[in-house]
Amino acid sequence: MRDITYYPGCSLKDTAKGFEASAVKVSEEMNVNLKELDRWNCCGTVYSLTDDNLMKQLGPIRNLIRARDEGSDKLYTLCSMCDNTLKRANLLVREEEDKRDKINSFMDQESDYEGSLEVRHYLEFLQDDLGWGEVRDRVEEPLEDLNVASYYGCMLTRPKDIGLDDPHNPTILGELVENLGGTPVDFPYESECCGSYNTVDNKEMVLNKTQTITAGARKSGADVLITSCPLCHFNLDSRQSDLLEVAPNHKPLPVLYFTQLMAVAFGYPKVNKFDEHAIDPKEVLKLENKVGSER
Amino acid sequence: MDLTNSDRELTANVEELSGENIFSCYQCGKCSAGCPFTEEMDILPNQVIKKVQMGDGSVLDSDTPWTCASCLSCEVDCPKGNDVPAIMEAIREISLRKNLDRVDINKLETKGLPEIALVSNLRKKTG
Amino acid sequence: MPDKPETETVEIFIMGKKYEVPKGLTIMKAMEYSGYQYIRGVGCRGGFCGACSTIYRLEGDYKLHTDLACQTTVQDGMYLTQLPFTPAGREQYDLEELDISNNPLLDLYPELARCVSCNTCTKTCPQDLEVMDFVNEAIKGNIEKVAELSFDCIQCGLCAARCPAEIPHHHVGQLARRIYGRYQAPESEHLEERVEEINNGVFDDELEELVNLPEEELRIRYENREIEE
Repeated sequence: MRDITYYPGCSLKDTAKGFEASAVKVSEEMNVNLKELDRWNCCGTVYSLTDDNLMKQLGPIRNLIRARDEGSDKLYTLCSMCDNTLKRANLLVREEEDKRDKINSFMDQESDYEGSLEVRHYLEFLQDDLGWGEVRDRVEEPLEDLNVASYYGCMLTRPKDIGLDDPHNPTILGELVENLGGTPVDFPYESECCGSYNTVDNKEMVLNKTQTITAGARKSGADVLITSCPLCHFNLDSRQSDLLEVAPNHKPLPVLYFTQLMAVAFGYPKVNKFDEHAIDPKEVLKLENKVGSER
Repeated sequence: MDLTNSDRELTANVEELSGENIFSCYQCGKCSAGCPFTEEMDILPNQVIKKVQMGDGSVLDSDTPWTCASCLSCEVDCPKGNDVPAIMEAIREISLRKNLDRVDINKLETKGLPEIALVSNLRKKTG
Repeated sequence: MPDKPETETVEIFIMGKKYEVPKGLTIMKAMEYSGYQYIRGVGCRGGFCGACSTIYRLEGDYKLHTDLACQTTVQDGMYLTQLPFTPAGREQYDLEELDISNNPLLDLYPELARCVSCNTCTKTCPQDLEVMDFVNEAIKGNIEKVAELSFDCIQCGLCAARCPAEIPHHHVGQLARRIYGRYQAPESEHLEERVEEINNGVFDDELEELVNLPEEELRIRYENREIEE
């Protein structure tokens, strides 16, 4: 079993439990142990963009220090927002010496941090560290006839200096889908923002995007949509129930975390906690006809 | 616009907070062309930058920086490599640092919202 | 007459005014020695009630320290004042009616989401609790962990006074402990059994006997009572 140090983030312990459970299960199947950091705090979710507001960088940097102190040189993430915030904060420490010094002197109970850690998303782990072959070899139930729209959103690919793929033409999720035996569909809104945190104070704005993105994926022939972001998941899945109230003709589209799709293909759909989804994907995935539907 | 009242301090303040050179923008409009939320905005992102260049304080009353979801599509599209989302954040911060919060947690219906939405929203919209 | 031994003193500053007080006094006693009278902001004088929050700085040190006045001895060059109360918001709720299906801590205290993990609360806590850790657990909705980490909180409110995100940590911890106790703590079998015994009147005769005893006899019984080791 290969251990990798893993930072879950708050959502995976609360609203995205199926994301974590499926990631743990599929990793186990590939002989990988997701070893959760002993102690961690909120990543901050959004990277602070003002030049002088270092206070908001403390959260992500504290996590990097803890991972380093626990003896890791790489820290793996699942949530796109955590991945983005941790990577950008790490880059700040590496590249901006004066800010690094200020942050280190503020955090006077912690040992200094210079950016030694490498933050990697689980998709990068699959593609680069493990290789798609390892994924393919574990597939028990290929996703035949399943059309999958890959939704990258914003935080996986932007900005360029930390993005894990080409921001204008990302392919990594599509490659995953192919290796699971499914069919990636081309879909014009793969990198269009879902409205993000505006869901708190401007729900209508988000509902427009919920409709554009899910209906757009449907129009492109998708049966399901996959994501790596719990906030996108909320805006695209839970907000579809709100959308159905104002647009009853909307045809709902199930939204899955990419690791949940892996768990389905590996023959372990039960770990996914699909009951917690607003739009139930079980029928589209034809789970009742498959081996391992009880697992 | 009355240019005699142009507020140089505003321009300098936004440049300092964002760390960007406002005047490197030549108004090509690519940020606005790619922005997924222009329909919801009162002025376009490139117009926000123009107002800052001109020192036009009315930019502080615009909804646009608050509608911006920091999705960074303008950031990857800008031919001058400007961090447009940082400029939006600088404008938000000017208000937030005067204790002018954009959202009032006491009045907001927050029940049932996931933590990831609340944390990010309050980080961007309260000071 | 032999000379009285000279008392060693230290110099302290209470709200900026200089006083010379005997060495070894607690801040609370030193303030009373200097002529201040505690009316509110004092309680058990034993470090348990959390009423006597103090904030101080030592000469030549930039750090602001926080502690309980009844537990901390004065030092030379101490600049101090009392913070008898922190006006942190406490939500009204009926524990029996509370909707705990989502995350009741975040539902009632959405300002939790403003935490920037600066760790000031932890550094401030006179009980040495991992305050920032329980705030983070509260954001995740891990009520049991919040209850566990905040168990020794004495509600002094110093964390809330120093928090840049204006979070009332102590009230959040208290809510978590209440929810944990009401809905999540495993039921104690012994307690259940005993309550049933009481309801069935098993102890009625013994109690009746005690109630009717003369005070003198009651005292003797009390003094000779069995104490579990």
